[in-house]
Amino acid sequence: MRMFRLACLATAMLAAAPLTARAEMRAEVLHWWTSGGESAAVKVFADKFTEAGGTWVDSAIAGGQAARTAGINRIVGGNPPTAMQFNTGKQFDELVANGLLADLDAVAAEGKWQDVLPPALTEAITRDGKVYAIPVNIHGINWLWYNKKLFDEHGLAEPTSWAEVAAAGEKLKEAGLIGLAQGGQPWQERSLFNAMLVGDAGTDLYYRIYRDGDQEAVRSDGFRKVADLFKQLQGLTDAGSPGRNWNDATAMVLTGKAGMQVIGDWAKGEFTAAGQVAGQDYGCAIVGQGGYLMGGDVFVFPVVDDAASANETQATLAEVMFAPETQIAFNTIKGSVPSRLDVDVSGMDACAQKGAAALKDPARQVPTTDFLISPDLSGALDDVITQFWNNQGMTTDQFVEQFIGAMQAAG
Amino acid sequence: MVTARSPAAASAHALGGRAEARPARWRRQLGAKLALLPLTAVVIVVYLGCMLWTVRLSFSSSKLLPVQDWAGLQQYGRLFANDRFLVSAINIGIFGVLFIGGCLVFGFLLAVFIDQRVRAEGVLRTVFLFPHAMSLVVTGLAWQWFLNPTLGLQKLVRDLGFAGFTFDWIVNQQMVIYTLVIAGIWQASGLVMAILLAGLRGVDEDLWKAARVDGIPAWRVYLSIALPLIGPMVVTATVLLAVQVVKLYDLVVAMTRGGPGIASEVPAKFVMDHLFERNNIGLATAAATMMLVTVVAILAPWIYARYVRETGRCP
Repeated sequence: MRMFRLACLATAMLAAAPLTARAEMRAEVLHWWTSGGESAAVKVFADKFTEAGGTWVDSAIAGGQAARTAGINRIVGGNPPTAMQFNTGKQFDELVANGLLADLDAVAAEGKWQDVLPPALTEAITRDGKVYAIPVNIHGINWLWYNKKLFDEHGLAEPTSWAEVAAAGEKLKEAGLIGLAQGGQPWQERSLFNAMLVGDAGTDLYYRIYRDGDQEAVRSDGFRKVADLFKQLQGLTDAGSPGRNWNDATAMVLTGKAGMQVIGDWAKGEFTAAGQVAGQDYGCAIVGQGGYLMGGDVFVFPVVDDAASANETQATLAEVMFAPETQIAFNTIKGSVPSRLDVDVSGMDACAQKGAAALKDPARQVPTTDFLISPDLSGALDDVITQFWNNQGMTTDQFVEQFIGAMQAAG
Repeated sequence: MVTARSPAAASAHALGGRAEARPARWRRQLGAKLALLPLTAVVIVVYLGCMLWTVRLSFSSSKLLPVQDWAGLQQYGRLFANDRFLVSAINIGIFGVLFIGGCLVFGFLLAVFIDQRVRAEGVLRTVFLFPHAMSLVVTGLAWQWFLNPTLGLQKLVRDLGFAGFTFDWIVNQQMVIYTLVIAGIWQASGLVMAILLAGLRGVDEDLWKAARVDGIPAWRVYLSIALPLIGPMVVTATVLLAVQVVKLYDLVVAMTRGGPGIASEVPAKFVMDHLFERNNIGLATAAATMMLVTVVAILAPWIYARYVRETGRCP
C-alpha cells in the first residue's frame, strides 16, 4: 500500500512537473530509496541541495528494477530527470555508449575525486577516460553478522575463515538452532557464494573469473573447494529458507533463532531498529582473506536539452552530494560507508569503522561482480548458483560445467 | 466467438434480403465502419505492430536498448540451450494441463452442488467466486505463508502434536509446481463455477422432468445431457483459463519467485527478467516469440476446424 502510494506520488509529481514554473536550479532526482531509513538518508541530499540554493524535486520509485526501467525509458524518450540513481557498476554502460549521459570531468577534476576515491570506484565511474557518475556510498556486501549472545553461550569465537563458519554452524545446529539464516533468493545466494569465493579462494581467483573471464580458473581446486563449502553451508539452513527476504533472515539472527547471516551492511539498519548495538549484541566480520566486496550506488546525469542552466544545476548537485559532511550524514543513516576515503568516520558505529578501515588498504578493495560483468552474465550465473544451492542432486562437477556454460553463452 | 458472429451475419443477410434502399444501407454501414476505424488502427498499429516489432528484435543482438542489427538465430540458439527456459516450458505445460483440467472439474462440481438449490445459495456463490476477485499477488503471498513449512500448515499441525507431519511442497523442487496449480485452481474455479452454473440454469426444465420419468439417475443426466448442452460455456471457461496460463507471472512472483532454484520458473517470468533485470532484450523477445508461436500452434488447428472447414463445407 505504501509502495503504491509512493508510486502514485511519484507519478503525480511527474505529471505536475511541466506545470511548475522553472526555478533557477531545479533538480529532479530519480531514485528508489523508499523505505523508512532510506528516505531519511536521501533527505540529507535534498536538504543540502536546498541550502545550496536549489530546488529538489523528489522522484522516488519503489524498487530498483522499476525505478531503473522508468528512468531509462524517460532518458531514451527525451524527457530525462536531472539526476538518476544506478547501482555502481555496468548498469549504465549502454547509456554512455549512446551519448545519453553528461560527463562530469570538470566537477571531478575540481573536486580531485581521483585522489579520494578507491581506485576500483574511480574505474567504475569512468568510461573512455571520462567520469560519468558520482559514487555516493560503498556498501560492503560480504559481511557475516552473528548473534553474540548465542556465540558466547556455545563457546564460539568470531569465525576467521569460511571453514570456521561452517564448523560454528554445525555446532549451533547440534544445539537445535539454525546455523545459518539465509534468504533463499538468487541474489542472496550469489552474494554468499561470492563472499566465500573472495574470502576462501582469494581475490586473485575472483578477478580471474569475473574480470578476465578465465574459464580455467573455474576448474581450479580453489573454486571447487569453495563450491563444496557452499554446499555444506546449505545444510545449515532451515526448511523455510527458499524465497525468504533478507530482512526476515536478519530477524532470525537478532531474535536468537539463528546464529549467523551473510548479507550486506544494510542489515545493520535492522539491528539498529531492534535497539541492538554493534559489538555488544551482534558482531560483524569480514571472513577469510580480507577482501572487502564493494557495492554501492551512483548518480548519473542525463544530457538535458537546455544544457546551459542544467549543467550548472547538475554540477552543483554533484558537488553537494560529494561534500564530506553530506557523505558522513548520508551514510550514517544509510548504513553504508562514505565513498570518499578522506572523511573522518570516528563518529560512526563499530561495524562502519571496521569497513572504513578495510577500505584504507587498496589490496582489500574488491569490486562486486556488478562492476565487472554485464547484467546478462550476472543473471545467467545467478541461475546456475541458485540451482546448485537448491538442487540436492547437483554435483560440483555439474556446477563447474554449468558455470562455464553460462560464461560462454552470456560472456 | 462463432456463436456470437453467426447470428449477426444471419441478421445482416436478412436485412439485405429485405427491400431496403441501397444508399441508406451503405451510409449506415459507412457510419459503423468509421466508428470502427480507430479500433482497427489500434489493433493493427499497437497489437500487430508490437508483435512484429518483438519478432524483429528477437533476431537482433539488443541488450539494454533495442538495436536494429541482424544476429540471425543466435538468440534462439542460446534460448534452447538455456536450462531455465526449458524448465519454464515444461512447467507451463504441467501447469496448463492440471490447472485447466482441475478448474473445469472442480468448477463443474461446485456448479452442480449449487444447482441443487442449496440453502444460502447466494452466500456460497459469493464465497466461491471471491478468490477470483482478489489480486493474485495478494493470494499468492497468503499461499506462500500458508505453505511455508516453518510458518504455515506444517508448523500448525506439528504444534498440534503430530511431530511427523510433513508438507513442504513449496520448498521441494519436485513438488513446487503443484503448489502453484493448487493456488491457481483455488483462485479460478469460482469463475468456472459461475459460468457453468449460468449454463446449468439454462437447461430446459422439461428435460429434467423427462429424465425423471425415465428413471435416469441425476449424475447421469448431468454428465450425458446437461454437460453436452452447456458445451459452449465449457469452451468459454477453457479459453479464459488458457489465457491465464499463458500470462502466468504474478502468482509465481508472489509465491515462489521461481524457486527453489529455478524449479518453478515460467516463460512469462523468463521474458520479464531478461527484458528488465538482465538487460537482454534480444533473448527476452526470442522467448516471447516462442510463446507466441506455441499459442498460435495450439490455436491454428482449432480455428481451422471451427471456422475455415465449417464455412468451407456449407457455403
